[in-house]
Amino acid sequence: MDLSIMQQAIPQFVKAFELTLWLSFVGILGALLVGVCCSLLQYFKVPFLGKVASVYVELFRNTPLLIQLFFLYYAFPVIGIKLPAQVCGIIGLAFLGGSYMAEGFTGGFNGVSQSQLDAGKAIGLNKFQLARYVVFPQGFTLSVPALAANVIFLIKETSIFSVIAIPELTNTALDLVGLYYRSNEYLFMLVLAYAIILIPLSIILTILERKVRYGSFGN
Amino acid sequence: MVHLGTNILFAGNNFVRLLEGLWTTVWIAICALIIGLILGTGLGILRTSKNRPVRILLRLYLEFFRIVPSVVLLFLFYYILPRQLNLNLPAEQMAVLAFALWVAAEFSDIVRGALISVPQHQKESGLALGLNGWQLFRYVLLPQALVLELPATINLATRVVKTTSLLMLISVMDVINIGQQIIEANRQTYPNGIFWIYGIIFLFYFIVDYPLSLWARRLAAKQH
Repeated sequence: MDLSIMQQAIPQFVKAFELTLWLSFVGILGALLVGVCCSLLQYFKVPFLGKVASVYVELFRNTPLLIQLFFLYYAFPVIGIKLPAQVCGIIGLAFLGGSYMAEGFTGGFNGVSQSQLDAGKAIGLNKFQLARYVVFPQGFTLSVPALAANVIFLIKETSIFSVIAIPELTNTALDLVGLYYRSNEYLFMLVLAYAIILIPLSIILTILERKVRYGSFGN
Repeated sequence: MVHLGTNILFAGNNFVRLLEGLWTTVWIAICALIIGLILGTGLGILRTSKNRPVRILLRLYLEFFRIVPSVVLLFLFYYILPRQLNLNLPAEQMAVLAFALWVAAEFSDIVRGALISVPQHQKESGLALGLNGWQLFRYVLLPQALVLELPATINLATRVVKTTSLLMLISVMDVINIGQQIIEANRQTYPNGIFWIYGIIFLFYFIVDYPLSLWARRLAAKQH
């Protein structure tokens, strides 16, 4: 390994690092939004839209991001929808992530114990009051670990953006490897960059899981 | 004559070729899963051992595979194996190796979780019956752990199938790579072909993964 080569590449990696973080942030925000909407549609069993949400969740959860991105970036221009690569990446991440987040929220809502629901009904709450005061507060808490795990998963998925030539971390590193043929140095920096982002997150995830376990009452 | 875009799917032997590509994809996933599950079982059992350095080492192994995205993992194997270890494998075998080690890491955590969540009284009852360590493992822990870990294992399998979509990056002739060849070859005749080819590949992945994830969900629901 050659330290000076790594030093020279730092500015490029910093730029890629920022782009990865930014795309992840916007994509995950979108994913949370899509996920909340879908899980609410499913929870209240909204006619038609609830079914649409279920179909969407199954379709996107069971297909790879790579092919979703190819579809957005290469196939959509054929039917007249042309989007810049980064927009495709964000949309892809938001919709892939949305399906996972929806599962996370739904899992949380289903995790609220029957005794809590029965108690709510016994004091005369109607369906919406039950959702507002019993299911959602506890359900959201219960779904936090799943959501945090999804966040980590989605940040890792941004590495697939490299196939549509978005200059994020993986793409930048592979470009450098191709240019200078110093695979050890650049790949080491790449792994290091992901470690810097993901290790703190995975520690936070462990803490959250422990907190939620304390918070699960009524079981 | 105006032709339908879908014709590209059935022109010549396109559809057969796509299916062959899908088989390559599925085959690599199966091989990686079999090797990974066997290795992961061993690692998972070791992770419940009392030996602290072994546990820490295996935890680090798991965390490494958790942190490195699969794209990066493939490229690490692709560049580093031949250059540093002088190990020149065909791309397919290298992909199997990389995925198998990844599966082993993830599965070791599933096995460990299942083993420690077998209720304590089961172990104590086994000991009370006079089972020795191996018998306790074979007749009490293993059967119960297998049932507990099945849904997570199937979910892992669906993830492996989805991750095989990355094989095209290291030039394995998988379903996506063949799809791209067909698109390139038919650009003149079927300008809209790209839409249908990527559409069918999307559908292929869904057809493989959906039954698996449905099965996992049924099993998980039954356990609660």
